[in-house]
Amino acid sequence: MKVKSAKGKIGDWVFVLICALISLICILPMLNLLARSLSGTDYLIRHEVYLWPKGLNFNAYSTVLSDPKYIRAFFYTVALTVVSTFVSLFMTTICAYPLIFPQLKGRGLFNILITITMFFNAGTIPNYLLIQKLGMLDKPIVLILPYCLSVYNMIIMRSFFYGIPDSLRESAEIDGASFLRILWSVYIPLSKPVMATLALFYAVGRWNGYSDALMYVKKPEYYPLQLLLYNILKNINSVEVATQEGFSMPGLSDSLKAAIVMFSTIPILCIYPFLQKYFIHGVMVGAVKE
Amino acid sequence: MSKSVSTAKPKQSFGSYIRRYWQLYLLLLLPMLYLIIFKYVPMIYVQIAFKKYSIVQSVWKMPWAKNHGMQYFIQAFSNPDFLRALRNTIGLNLLDLVVGFPIPIIFALILNELVFTKFKKVVQTITYMPHFLSWVIIYGLALQLFAPSTGFVNILITKMGGETVPFLNDPAHWIWTYIFLGVWQSFGWNSIVYLAAIAGINSELYEAASVDGAGRFSKMWHITLPGIRPTIVILLIMAIGNIVGSGFDRPFALQNNLVMNVAEVLSTYVYRYGIKGLQFSLTTAVGLFQSVVGVIFLLGANTLSRKLGERGLW
Repeated sequence: MKVKSAKGKIGDWVFVLICALISLICILPMLNLLARSLSGTDYLIRHEVYLWPKGLNFNAYSTVLSDPKYIRAFFYTVALTVVSTFVSLFMTTICAYPLIFPQLKGRGLFNILITITMFFNAGTIPNYLLIQKLGMLDKPIVLILPYCLSVYNMIIMRSFFYGIPDSLRESAEIDGASFLRILWSVYIPLSKPVMATLALFYAVGRWNGYSDALMYVKKPEYYPLQLLLYNILKNINSVEVATQEGFSMPGLSDSLKAAIVMFSTIPILCIYPFLQKYFIHGVMVGAVKE
Repeated sequence: MSKSVSTAKPKQSFGSYIRRYWQLYLLLLLPMLYLIIFKYVPMIYVQIAFKKYSIVQSVWKMPWAKNHGMQYFIQAFSNPDFLRALRNTIGLNLLDLVVGFPIPIIFALILNELVFTKFKKVVQTITYMPHFLSWVIIYGLALQLFAPSTGFVNILITKMGGETVPFLNDPAHWIWTYIFLGVWQSFGWNSIVYLAAIAGINSELYEAASVDGAGRFSKMWHITLPGIRPTIVILLIMAIGNIVGSGFDRPFALQNNLVMNVAEVLSTYVYRYGIKGLQFSLTTAVGLFQSVVGVIFLLGANTLSRKLGERGLW
């Protein structure tokens, strides 16, 4: 065992201090937001709220929670997120699994077909025209199908599958199991970490995405939560109204806005720390080439 | 010519091959259909960049644009709004590169020096968190922090006797707010890749260096940084390939009418002129320009890095 010098120990604490400061920078904006959402109007107007709520009350939250507009958007977005996460995981799995077989004829061709899409994107307008042609504009399905397979995520899953010993697969083959059977009872049960990681990536992507809805959805009842939030923060009442930038007014509207932002963030913040041990591994697999 | 076959199995006929492997092709059917419909069919529409768009005709039948089909590219490059968006895209991406690229590397080096594992976990959980916030939410946070009279930071500045700073509605300040928020959102997450690379460095190197009396910083400089250099190079190549690319969510959420002169980038320009303004041919041309320049920069950076003796992307 190496004994650290006094200088080395002081150094260790300097790095602890630096990391504590960096963490503070990351978390202070959230604390400020939380404090504002829970504070009394008078204190906000007098600019007295920093990181701790003053005149603690839940009026802003009860306003948000009693407004059917937000509740509806919330459950609609939850449903969208759950469905698109399942569809995406399914598509990613059935794309990644066959590609690990060296015996698969045309594997090179499939890989080229897949890789090209990573480097060349047709662009916003061609994609828009396609969606229009498919008659998917203004339908909730447009928020699920066009992004239901991420090639990047597929590569992460394929790398994970490569890490599962071939011998498991081969012995199952000798036992006469079909390839679908092997996928179902060998690969999927062993792939919980990567499944959890990619589920998180897909779910976060859908929960946080608003640009596809902005472009493809005109009917306000199909707006996901983030687009609704965007319109509230930018003070846009109707979609077509010119975007005159409105900086938030002090008082109730300020704490209300803070409450709405909290309301649309909390689901993600609750889920992600529990999946951290998985996704770090997932990102690492993705970082290693091939 | 008889090829040496690695397996002892006799050569299969096509029929028996299909009987054995059809399930794999069945599985690939949906993903390939997805790629063809949603990734390749739009490439057919790219020709609109060279054609006069018409809503009633099929894309194959539309008449070619003037100047040998180059009309819309010429139009774009003589359009001051496009040139402004191009300048802003490159400018903001360069600033992101200069400011935002080294920070995750430095942060990974710092994290790697932490000796208390529990504390390190907590720091990681907190610093990865902003990556999971949408840009709309970050805009909401930015409003609460930086709004002229009511924002947290400006309240602090005025309480200390300073003047309020127009973080969000003055062009010069907006640029730095934009860069800061980008770094804030991504530095923790982007450090994961470097941490993974650091974990792969042979620990004997550090032990040997300690025996030789190397200090903390000389180990960082002589072992850790060279150890993660391939990772740095790969990410740098990808960043350079993206120099005229632009995400949509971040600029669109953060921009406002007062700062449009520095905040309009190509992605938001395409949205405004194309989807809102219905100038499909012009904006398809802009998109194609972005894709092609992106590929050229990526290949260029890759070639350069290989010339300099690095591995590159492939």
